[in-house]
Amino acid sequence: MRNSSFIVLVLGILLGSATPGMADGLLPDIPAAQDRFSETQGCVEPTEDMRKNHMEYILHQRDETVHEGIRDKQHSLNECINCHVSDAPDAPHVSSEKHFCNSCHTFAAVSIDCFQCHADRPVRSGSDLHSLSQHIKSTGESGKLTPENLQALVSGVKP
Amino acid sequence: MSSETNIDLYRRRFLSGTASAVAGIALVPGVMLHEIAHAKPAEDAVSSDVRWGMLIDSNKCAEGCNDCVQACNDEHGLHGFDRPATDAQWIRKVKLKDKQTGHTQTLPLLCQHCEKPPCVDVCPTGASFKREDGIVLVDKHICIGCRYCMMACPYKARSFIHETLQDQKPYTPRGKGTVEACTFCVHRVDTDRTPACVEACTAENHNAMVFGDLNDPSSDISRQLKQYSTRQIRADLELNTGVRYRGI
Repeated sequence: MRNSSFIVLVLGILLGSATPGMADGLLPDIPAAQDRFSETQGCVEPTEDMRKNHMEYILHQRDETVHEGIRDKQHSLNECINCHVSDAPDAPHVSSEKHFCNSCHTFAAVSIDCFQCHADRPVRSGSDLHSLSQHIKSTGESGKLTPENLQALVSGVKP
Repeated sequence: MSSETNIDLYRRRFLSGTASAVAGIALVPGVMLHEIAHAKPAEDAVSSDVRWGMLIDSNKCAEGCNDCVQACNDEHGLHGFDRPATDAQWIRKVKLKDKQTGHTQTLPLLCQHCEKPPCVDVCPTGASFKREDGIVLVDKHICIGCRYCMMACPYKARSFIHETLQDQKPYTPRGKGTVEACTFCVHRVDTDRTPACVEACTAENHNAMVFGDLNDPSSDISRQLKQYSTRQIRADLELNTGVRYRGI
């Protein structure tokens, strides 16, 4: 009885002190997006939804584009890259943890093979495929994945 | 009673007459209708109302000219690894020689976008498919790289990617372990533009290649196909190719 309450106490101290440290050191540092989708919405769907379900949107769009030639831009992988990766010449490739996709996928230990074929950086200027016309230029809203958001991702409940 | 019937009859005649007059007006600017039909909204699926095709005039295709091949390589980011036997090749120049007379001519050979494509028949996963508008493609998400399609293709139009690639073009995803071929520049066609090879050939004033809708009788390609004698390569296979040739 005494032993078990001691263990609980030690665990409590460890967890209590470890959690803030983890939030700073281990949680991914997600690069900010280049644009906002609209005045009220950062990404093409609500951010929490995108964090959980982006793969479903991309998969759906993938089949529609390849087989049916549907090329609207809202869930297009090219447009994800155009907005979430800088078009600077020294922008990180997907192999780097500074790349938007890899910043979180490294943390989640989920390897992605999209970029074995797909371009992992935006089209350079001069292409007509570059920008989402409805985007409003701003600094982006992203940044650190907070413990609250992480909790929301795991539990599926919006914070 | 009879007068009412007559009035109905007059009315009907008048209305049908008006309708045909309106139809006449609408049909006169045929080019306009044709252009509207091709400007597909981005969110719409392609339909079988259109069948894309290409007409190549080998008489206008100069020996030594490589503009179409270069344009294709640039457009899709194709580059070699100094291995001519396996390097990707979506379009290539072929030289024909009549052994009796010594007469030579050249033509570009690419995926013929068959109506009944053998590559689609043999594909075990469904990766090789034909779009509603007749463009034959590989869905590289499902391609397992077995290369049956390469063996089935009578035109040797497909390539297999042996090397790890980097810096692909955003609109042309390409990766190791998959088969690929000419896409008729599907990303351009979907936004109402012509394939890069045709654009280059026309821009250099060779005008040996025409691209358009085979289902539209008023399109440039359909009119030329009607006017001139053209051939399909290996027409005996009855694949009904989308690419036709003049002068061979």
